[in-house]
Amino acid sequence: MSELLPGDQLHSFPGGLKLRHHKQVSCQQPMARSSLPDHLYLPLVQHQGPPGKLLVSPGESVLKGQPLTTAEDDSQVPIHAPTSGTILAVDQLHPVSWPPGSRAACVVLAPDGDDRQASFEPLADTRPDAVVDHLNRLGLAGLGGAVFPTAAKLRGDWPGLHTVIINGAECEPWISCDEMLMRERTEAIISGGVILARTVGASQVVIALEDRMGTVEAKFARCLREQPPALPVKLRQVTTIYPEGGERQLIQVLTGREVPHQGLPQDLGVVCHNVATAAAVHDAVIEGKPLIERVVTVTGPGIAQPRNFIAALGTPIAHLVAQAGGYTGPITRLVLGGPMSGLALASDEIPVAKGTICILALTEDVLSRRQSEMPCINCGECVRVCPASLLPQQIFRHLAADNLAAAERLNLSACIECGCCAQVCPSHIPLVEHYRHGKHQLIVRQLDQRRAALARRRHEAREQRLVRERAERQARRAERKKRLSEPEQARDEIQAALERARRKQKP
Amino acid sequence: MTAAVLSLGLLALVIAAGLAWAGRRFKPDDDPIVEQIDQLLPQTQCAQCGYPGCRPYAQAIASGEAEINQCPPGGQSTVDALAGLLNVDPIPLDTDRGEPGSPSVAIIDEDRCIGCTLCIQACPVDAILGASRYMHTVISDECTGCELCIAPCPVDCISLVERPVRWTWPRPIQQAMTDR
Repeated sequence: MSELLPGDQLHSFPGGLKLRHHKQVSCQQPMARSSLPDHLYLPLVQHQGPPGKLLVSPGESVLKGQPLTTAEDDSQVPIHAPTSGTILAVDQLHPVSWPPGSRAACVVLAPDGDDRQASFEPLADTRPDAVVDHLNRLGLAGLGGAVFPTAAKLRGDWPGLHTVIINGAECEPWISCDEMLMRERTEAIISGGVILARTVGASQVVIALEDRMGTVEAKFARCLREQPPALPVKLRQVTTIYPEGGERQLIQVLTGREVPHQGLPQDLGVVCHNVATAAAVHDAVIEGKPLIERVVTVTGPGIAQPRNFIAALGTPIAHLVAQAGGYTGPITRLVLGGPMSGLALASDEIPVAKGTICILALTEDVLSRRQSEMPCINCGECVRVCPASLLPQQIFRHLAADNLAAAERLNLSACIECGCCAQVCPSHIPLVEHYRHGKHQLIVRQLDQRRAALARRRHEAREQRLVRERAERQARRAERKKRLSEPEQARDEIQAALERARRKQKP
Repeated sequence: MTAAVLSLGLLALVIAAGLAWAGRRFKPDDDPIVEQIDQLLPQTQCAQCGYPGCRPYAQAIASGEAEINQCPPGGQSTVDALAGLLNVDPIPLDTDRGEPGSPSVAIIDEDRCIGCTLCIQACPVDAILGASRYMHTVISDECTGCELCIAPCPVDCISLVERPVRWTWPRPIQQAMTDR
C-alpha cells in the first residue's frame, strides 16, 4: 500500500455537493485579450502577507515588467508594471476586494500605449534556491484564488517530498478560467509543473482534471505524447464534486490520506499548485516574464456576453464587463469568485489583482430565491456535506453563544469556508459568515495573547534587571566604603584624586 | 498499650517525614491561582489598578486584598472572566481608575525629544530605545500603551495613538431566533 504514489489509485473525500456547474456559459467564446484601460490601479497587496517596499514615485515612467515594489522576504511579493507608462500617483484609498468594502493603497499607472518592455531575463541557474528567489522576485503567488506566496510554499528542505500536484480541478460553478487556460497553454502548464517538481526535489507530477473536461484531457494527452517531459507526468481525472478543487480535498482524493489539521501537504510528501501558477512559473523561468496578467472569467446571468479575458493586473472590473457586452440589466450582486465561496464586491471600480479568478454578476431572479433565516432544526444535513468532517451546527451554536473556546475545540479553524453547509441548510442560516467571524475573532484573540505574553516576559526581565542593578550598586558602594576605612589606602585614593583634578586644571 | 502507642507514634513520624519531604520536593513553582489570574490580565503593566504591575495585582486579588474590577485596560470582559475563574458574581468595572479604551501605542515626537531618559526609566516593559542626550524612540510592537511614559516627559513630546485594528469579518446580523 505504501508503495503506491499519489494518483495511482483514486479515493474520495467526505461530504461535498454535486452542483449545476454553469461553466459552458463562459466557455462558448474563445479567450480574448482585454484592451488596456485609461488607468491601471495596482494594489500594493495582492497576496497573503505584508506589502513590499515601494520603488517608484509619481511622475516616473516605467517599462512593462519593471518592478514597482520589492520584497524583503518570502512573505512579501513584489508587483510589476503590466505595461509601459507613467506613474500618476499612489492612491491610498482606492476600492479593493479584500477586506470587503475597504480601500487600500494602489499604484495608479497611465499606459502610454507603446507597451515598451524591460528586458526579461530567463533563469539559467537551476539550483532550487535560485529558482525560488527568482519566482519571488517576479511576483509569483498562488493563482487559484488564495494568493499564497509561491516562494514561501516552495522554500525549505522537504526530504520526503515525492509528488507535485497541479490542480486543474476547478470545481466551483460558473468559473472557467482554469479550463480555458488548460486548453490554450497546455505545454506551459506541463513545463511549469516539471520546473516546480525539480525545485522541490519531487520525482513526479500529477495533473488533476475534472472528468467533465473532455477536450482538455485529450489536449494534455497529446502534448505528453508528442513531447515527453523530463519527469513522469501523470494525468488524472477526478469526479466533479464541489469542493474537489480544494487543496486538502484534492490531496485526499489522490493519496487517500488526510492532510493533518495543523499540518501541511508536505507532511504527506506532496505539494499542490494551481494550473495557472504552473503556467506563470513557466513564463517566469523560461521567458523571464513577471506576473503581470491573469485569466479572469467574466460571467453570470447579469453579463451580456460571458467569456474569459487575459487581463493586465490593475484593470478595473468595469472595463472587463464593458468588453463582455456590459450588464444585461440591474445587478443585485457582483461577486469575486464563485457563488459558493465568493466574496461580494462593493463596486466595479475594484481592479483585477493576482487573486481575481472570476467576476460573477447576479441578478434579482437568482437572489430572490433566498429565504429568511429560521432556527436550526438539528437536521444534520450540514454534517453530511462537510468536506472537512466537522460538526457545522454544533460550531454554529457555540459561535452564536460567543463561546469561541468551545468552537475551537470542535476545530473551527479547520473549516475551509466552502459554503456546502450553508447551501444545504433548510433554515437558510448563513453558516459560513458565522465561521468567518469566529475564525477572525480567534486570530485576534491569539494575537492579543501573544502580545500579552511578550509584555509579561519583558516586564519580568526588567524587574530582574532592576534588582540586579541595585545589588551591583550596593556592592560597589560597600567596596568603596571598605577601601576608605583603611587609612593607608584612603590617603592614596585622596592623593590620586587630587592629582587627577590638578592635571585637568593645568591646560 | 506502650507498644501500640510507640508503633502508632512511629508510624505518624514516618508519615509526617514522608509528607514533609514530598511537600518540599513537589512544591508548586508558584501559587497556581495567582498564575491563573495573571493569565487573564491584559499585561499592560499600567498600574492603574493601584499595584505596580499585573502580577502584584493578581497576588492582591488572590489574597482577597483587591477587588476584581480594578483593571480599566481589561475592561468589563476581564472582570467577567475573573468572576468566572474565582466563582464570584461579576461586578461593574471601577471607572474611577480609568475608562476602558481601544488598544493604543505611544509615539515620541522626535523633533522635540531632548534625550533625558526619563521615559525610558518609566517604561515597564523596556519598550523605549535611546540613551542620554540621544533621541529616543518607541518600539511600537512591544509598547503596551500604559501611558506611564507620558507624565515624566519634561517637554511633553509623547502622545498616544490608537493601535491599528485588524479588520475582522463582522458578525452576521441574526434575525430573531426563538431557539427552542
